[in-house]
Amino acid sequence: MIDLLSTHYNYLVFVALVGIGLYGVTASSNLVKKIIGLNVFQVGIFLFFVTSGYVDGAAPPVVGHGSGPFASPLPHVLILTAIVVGVSLTAVALALVVRIYDAYGTLDEEAIREVQLND
Amino acid sequence: MTDAIALLVVVPIVLALAPIAFGRLWDRTGWLAALLAGLAHLGLALVVAATVFSTGRFTYAVGNYRPPFGIELVADGVSATLALLVSIVTLAVVVYARRAGPDTNEFYSGLLILTAGISGVFVTGDLFNLYVFIEITGLATYALVATGRSPAAALSSLKYLLVGTIGASLYLLGVGYLYISTGTLNMADLAATIPEVGYDSPLILTGFGLIVVGLAVKAALFPLHTWQPDAYADSPDSVTAYISALVSTAAAYALFRVIYAVFTPAFDAATPFALDALVILASVSVVVGSVLAVLQSDLKRMLAYSSVAQFGLIVAGFAVANATAVTGGLIHLVGHAIMKAGLFVGVGALAGVAGGRTVDDFAGVADRAPVTSAAFAILAFALVGVPPAVGFAGKWHIVLGAVEGGRWGVAVVAVVSTLLTLAYFARVVERMYFRDAAAEPAGDADGPPVDAPATDGALASDGGSGGSGVDVDPDDDASVTPEDGDGSAPDASAVSIEAKAVVVAAAVGAVVLGLFATDLVSVFEPVLEVYFE
Repeated sequence: MIDLLSTHYNYLVFVALVGIGLYGVTASSNLVKKIIGLNVFQVGIFLFFVTSGYVDGAAPPVVGHGSGPFASPLPHVLILTAIVVGVSLTAVALALVVRIYDAYGTLDEEAIREVQLND
Repeated sequence: MTDAIALLVVVPIVLALAPIAFGRLWDRTGWLAALLAGLAHLGLALVVAATVFSTGRFTYAVGNYRPPFGIELVADGVSATLALLVSIVTLAVVVYARRAGPDTNEFYSGLLILTAGISGVFVTGDLFNLYVFIEITGLATYALVATGRSPAAALSSLKYLLVGTIGASLYLLGVGYLYISTGTLNMADLAATIPEVGYDSPLILTGFGLIVVGLAVKAALFPLHTWQPDAYADSPDSVTAYISALVSTAAAYALFRVIYAVFTPAFDAATPFALDALVILASVSVVVGSVLAVLQSDLKRMLAYSSVAQFGLIVAGFAVANATAVTGGLIHLVGHAIMKAGLFVGVGALAGVAGGRTVDDFAGVADRAPVTSAAFAILAFALVGVPPAVGFAGKWHIVLGAVEGGRWGVAVVAVVSTLLTLAYFARVVERMYFRDAAAEPAGDADGPPVDAPATDGALASDGGSGGSGVDVDPDDDASVTPEDGDGSAPDASAVSIEAKAVVVAAAVGAVVLGLFATDLVSVFEPVLEVYFE
């Protein structure tokens, strides 16, 4: 158990982040906190990719930069793309939140539901 | 010539910039750009289809990087057919949106980005590239759903964004599991390397589960469908028609590729419980989706739940894992897109005449808009599965394949779903044709329509011979309605000529596609032969 903690702590952090993120999305009734939860969830997945590409003591795969083992740059490049996607999603989500706040005057999901029922 | 497959994605994305760049100079830029992109997309899709039918499957290495390392685009019979479907639906929606709205430059930009994303899903041969295209599709869809005027549209869009992003992220995580166990992201390469790792490896099985759940969220299978009815009901009619036809279709197609191009039927043979679970998920989705559809009174919600059921049927066809059932799933995938798009445009168009979108509002609407109502009824019965329409061809192959594969449960569920589909469409068609309009047909719609439908309703109750000798048929004077398309549909007094054309074209398409279903089967056959050799 201690052995697992010391060698695989990065994967445990990944699992924890994904769990915290999902909990944030489902448990909070505040829409902005849901978006924060979504970001934490995504960061957990990013961490999984990045940490899986890490090789202890490896050189970058560039000609003239030492000899093997080399670390594959691909997971990091994939996550650069995924981060861009995540930022775009957050931007769209926050734009929607602005519109929802203008219309309902609150960001609390329960309160919005009450407003909708009263209409 | 093989560049055409990359241009399917590039052309709409580049033209999506035109409304933003030139919209200030000329405010019709958006519509023109969308029309041009639709026509160019159709041309490119035809080139790809012609190349596929003469030379078979072909691939394109993006940036000239060799496939296992670079990104590969693949065109075969299935992706060429679906690329053509994208062009046709895009053109139909562009024509419809000009009158029905939201006819703004921003809307057309979003529509073109969505076109590019969906085309990308249909042609990519790389799992991570698929994730990027799924997210482009998602982002554009969230933006388009939010073009609805009501604040509820923004809320539905945010709900869709939260659920959809979690789905896409789960897919990404699944791809990560496959990547760390095999070291590749190329679909064809994965099919070769996954057996080396072992089909029963926990990483592979977890990856499969995460990918399937992620795509099931996007395809809106029960119980992951919760975003879908709100998103469909609150977005403008043209957006609903587009996303109901293509967005879930893209997710279901991705599921088909993942099951057959990445995991291959050998995975099913080695670990049968994986697809068994999917069959159960899909069958539950069929039954629950149909029952929920029967319970709805709002027509757009009814059609939305109907999509939950139909996608359940499609995925069930994929999960039965024999060539006949998969063919049925693919035919139903194409057919459902045409029928559902036509039905949503029909609801949008008839709602203007009926003064509302509930089942009861549609009472007697057939007398006031005979052509559109007839096309709507044809589409409804096509989706039920009445031959010779395409709905029959798809369901027939799914049931046949289920029986061949010994999956009697799926066959029973498919037949039950047909009955339930009949139940929820029959009550709409019954009201349209055999009930008189309510006492004040346009009670809550103010303005000009009060007169025309009232007289017409009186005529109809005289003997139902509306329009034979009298020229007040509102279905024909569409050209004089001064509608500038600002999305406020209910005050339109008649069905616009564009909407009528789109619904009739969809009805004709559904029947013609059904008549040529055997040709569709022969297009899909070579693709499936490779998977099931």
